[in-house]
Amino acid sequence: MMNEPKHPTPPVLTPEQLAQQRSRSKALGLILGGFALLFFIVTIAKLGSSVFNRPL
Amino acid sequence: MAHASDALMPSVQIAGPSSASAGDYFALLKPRVMSLVVFTALVGMMLAPGHINPVVGFAALLAIAVGAGAAGCLNMWYDADIDAVMTRTALRPIPAGRVSRDEALAFGLTLSVGSVLFLGLMTNLFAAAFLAFTIFFYAVVYTMWLKRWTAQNIVIGGAAGAFPPMIGYAAVTGSVDIVSFILFAIIFIWTPPHFWALALVKKGDYAKAGVPMLPVTAGETATRHQILIYTLILAPAGVLPAIMGFGGIAYAVLSVVSGLGMILLALRVHARREGEAARKAAMQLFGFSILYLFLLFAVLLVEKMAIMLNLEGIV
Repeated sequence: MMNEPKHPTPPVLTPEQLAQQRSRSKALGLILGGFALLFFIVTIAKLGSSVFNRPL
Repeated sequence: MAHASDALMPSVQIAGPSSASAGDYFALLKPRVMSLVVFTALVGMMLAPGHINPVVGFAALLAIAVGAGAAGCLNMWYDADIDAVMTRTALRPIPAGRVSRDEALAFGLTLSVGSVLFLGLMTNLFAAAFLAFTIFFYAVVYTMWLKRWTAQNIVIGGAAGAFPPMIGYAAVTGSVDIVSFILFAIIFIWTPPHFWALALVKKGDYAKAGVPMLPVTAGETATRHQILIYTLILAPAGVLPAIMGFGGIAYAVLSVVSGLGMILLALRVHARREGEAARKAAMQLFGFSILYLFLLFAVLLVEKMAIMLNLEGIV
C-alpha cells in the first residue's frame, strides 16, 4: 500500500490570534498603500511638470 | 513504527501562529529613539545649505526613521537574552514571547535594506551609504561587539545615535562639513553622561545581565567622575553652533544657561553618593539631559525657520 504524502495541517487560530492576524494585515495593507502613494507623490515632486513632457 | 520511506520524505514544519500584533512590530523599532533620530535629522537637513523639495525631505526623513528603527529591531533581536533579565526591557516583544527572534531578524533586515534603497532613490548615494553605515555601526559594532565587551560601549557606540543629523545634512548636500560635524559632536559627547546617569540607577540590572557598563566595571565613584568630565566638555561644545555662527542669540543664551544647568546637575550627582538622594540626583540629570538636547536642537530649528521665513518675506 502506498504511503499517503504528508501534508502540513494548518494551525487552528484562537479568536485572539485571529484578531492579531487581522491587525497585522490591516497595518501591512495601510503601509503598502501609503508607500505606493508616497512613491507617486515623490515622483511628481521630483519630476515636476516634466512628468507630462513626453512624446505622444 | 516509522516507515523507511519516512526518512526520504521532506519534513514540513510550520511555525506556530504568530501572536504578535502590529503594535509589537512597531515597538521593535524603538519609537522613542526613532523620534529623537527624526528630530535631529530634521535639524541637520534644515541647517544644510541648499534646497530640498519638502516632499523629498519628508520621504528622506521617513527613510532615516525607518533605518533607525531597523537598527533598533536588530538590536532587540541580538540582545533578547539580555533584555529578558533586565526589568527595564523584560516586557519588550521578544523576551515577552510575542515576537520570535527570527521574525524580528527578518523584519529588521528587510527594513534596513528597504530604508537604505529608498533614501538612495530619494536623495543621493552618499546619504544612503551613510545610513547603511549607521545601521551597521549600531547593530554590529555597538550591539554585537562593544556592548558586551567594554565599559566604553556607549562612548564609542554613541556615534550611531549622533550620525542622524549628519545623514539629514548629507541628504541635502551630498556631503558633510563642519556644521554637521558639530551637531554630531554635541550628541556624541552628550551620550555618556546621559546613559551613565541611568546606569547608576540601573546598575543591578546591568550586572545581572552581564553588560559591562561603567558603574559595574569601574564602580560608581569612577562613573560620577566620568559623568562630570564629559558634562564639562559638553557644556562648551553645546555653545559651538553660536560661536561658529549657525546658532543665533537665542541659541547662545539657551546653550549657556542649559549647559550650566547640566554642570550643576552633574556636580550634584558627583556630590550625592548614597541612598535616595543619589538616585534622585542621577534621575534628574538623566531627565534634564533629554530636555537639554531637545532644547538645543529645537532652538536651532526655530532660528533657521525664522530666517527662512524672513528671507521669503512671509513674516
